[in-house]
Amino acid sequence: MMLGFTSKQLVGVGIFLFMIFIGVPLIIGATGRWDFYFTLTSVALLAIASAGVWLTFYIGRINIGQGAFALIGAYVSAILVVKAGWSFWISLPAAGLFAAIVAILIGLPILRLRGVYFAMITLVLTQVVTLTALALPITNGAKGISNIPLPSSISVFGIPILPDFAAMENTKLAFYYTACIIMILTYAALYRLVNSRLGHLCRSMQQNEELASSIGVNISYIRVVIFAISSFFGGLGGAMFGSIAQSVYPSSFQVADSVNFMLNCFLGGLGFVFGPMLGTLVLYFGWDLLFEFGKYQMLIYSTVLIIIIRFLPNGLLSIRFGKGGDK
Amino acid sequence: MEQILANGVYLGSQYAMIALGLTLIFALMNVLNFAHGQMYVIGGFVTYTFYGQWGVPFVLALVMSCVTLAILGALIERFLFAPVIKGSAREESTMLLAAGIAFFLDAVILLVFGEKQRGVPKIVDGVFNYDFRLIMPYDRILICVLAILSIVAFIGLMQYTKTGRALRALAQDRTAAQLMGVNVDRYSMIGFALGAMLAGLVGGLLVTITGVNLGMGGPTSIKAFMMVMIGGAGVISGAIWGGIILGFMEAIGLALLYQYGDITYLLIFVSLMIFLAIRPQGLMGKPWG
Repeated sequence: MMLGFTSKQLVGVGIFLFMIFIGVPLIIGATGRWDFYFTLTSVALLAIASAGVWLTFYIGRINIGQGAFALIGAYVSAILVVKAGWSFWISLPAAGLFAAIVAILIGLPILRLRGVYFAMITLVLTQVVTLTALALPITNGAKGISNIPLPSSISVFGIPILPDFAAMENTKLAFYYTACIIMILTYAALYRLVNSRLGHLCRSMQQNEELASSIGVNISYIRVVIFAISSFFGGLGGAMFGSIAQSVYPSSFQVADSVNFMLNCFLGGLGFVFGPMLGTLVLYFGWDLLFEFGKYQMLIYSTVLIIIIRFLPNGLLSIRFGKGGDK
Repeated sequence: MEQILANGVYLGSQYAMIALGLTLIFALMNVLNFAHGQMYVIGGFVTYTFYGQWGVPFVLALVMSCVTLAILGALIERFLFAPVIKGSAREESTMLLAAGIAFFLDAVILLVFGEKQRGVPKIVDGVFNYDFRLIMPYDRILICVLAILSIVAFIGLMQYTKTGRALRALAQDRTAAQLMGVNVDRYSMIGFALGAMLAGLVGGLLVTITGVNLGMGGPTSIKAFMMVMIGGAGVISGAIWGGIILGFMEAIGLALLYQYGDITYLLIFVSLMIFLAIRPQGLMGKPWG
């Protein structure tokens, strides 16, 4: 079949694309729950950042620092747009690249750590970035950066490619589509990466780094590259988030968010590329749906979470594939 | 200077106790207990209810905190952690469970005790004043002494009793301990209960000074993680050192840099990252935990 996909996979992807681009807007139009656009946009963006966390899991590292890179991305984009007057669409990849460069600099020393040591140092990293954002003058301290303009139009040689978001009637729908497209590109890249030579090398590192190293895998190079890619996704998601909220504060991404990114991956299943997407949807959307229960929201949410992990410790997607997962 | 040192000892002894519980649970089960801070808060609220609300003697209220948390810890281990550890392909899945439990305990605390800051009447009045160079309320000194006594008692328990020996064996090598006839399931439960109990005890002690509120759980967990990292994960003496070092760093930093606000914590975090990059296993930890 095409590009090595089975027909079943192609049908699945087709249904998925149909659902998010045509199905969801139709359902929302029919039910009138316009607030779901914002929820689903958030899900898409958080899923992008979670994809990065999942990738670090793929080389056997527990990453609780994605909130740091999301915050970096959000600030870089906001500063470029507000203070340097860049177009948002150029600031978006710039934010991702900046996050990746920071990841390389920090990753070189800390990626030598493993297990809980790496997990905890990344947790501390989130705190460091939050506190740095509070202390630096360019980030405006606790006041943060607000009134970020909506993404402007973009055109190449006079041909409009993207419209001006501020002039649009339905900004929510535009953001929803943008977020979904970026999410799909992210997961397509992730899928490609996992099934490439690099992906195989990553799996060898996940199982045993010394062994991988002894048969000639340049583990220190690969783990920095993977961490940089992972943080690129984090920066991308964070920058987009800042643009939708039109503001960034040091509290925009905190330790709790970093932990949530990690939980998304666990919940969806670490053995599955699309695990983090499903995990994000269930965790974030579930939380939103439970809003009606008022003060019992947290209780029900956490109870369900505990029950899921108690009976499906390998993630939601493990129902279909049985124990151990299908890599 | 005397004041800073006294504050350091005071903070350090509290922190060491929190870190001890966390590191014990980690050493035994390889579980990073995200819910540790919440357990601490529950301990505080139990003491608040018994001592502050119902007028039970303080020591009895402390005992109630310990008992409540020990039972809670044992139940959590028996019905949640043990089965999940057995059933999951990757050990890290327990982190999701631990975080879920942290959310759950937060929700329970919110429903049962509300979100207000709670405090209790002072256990002893008066302030120790040495020539205005060292000023310390008597209740702080008492709590500090109690904390140090608890740590000594805990070390004694770990070193000189059969339970302690079994727990240490379990931490060293699970399989070997099992082969030597240690009832692994039972002692895992006891160890978890003990770790939770320590969290409850600190909560109960500190409620007399700082009070207690819902939001204290998360930050406490993060601080406990840091202390455990400084000392080395899963090492008892490391946790104590970690607590003392963090306590002194905070006391000194807050005294010298108070006008810059949160810069103390930024410096602590950054120096911790640099320290760990150079010495990943902490002061006393085994390499790669």
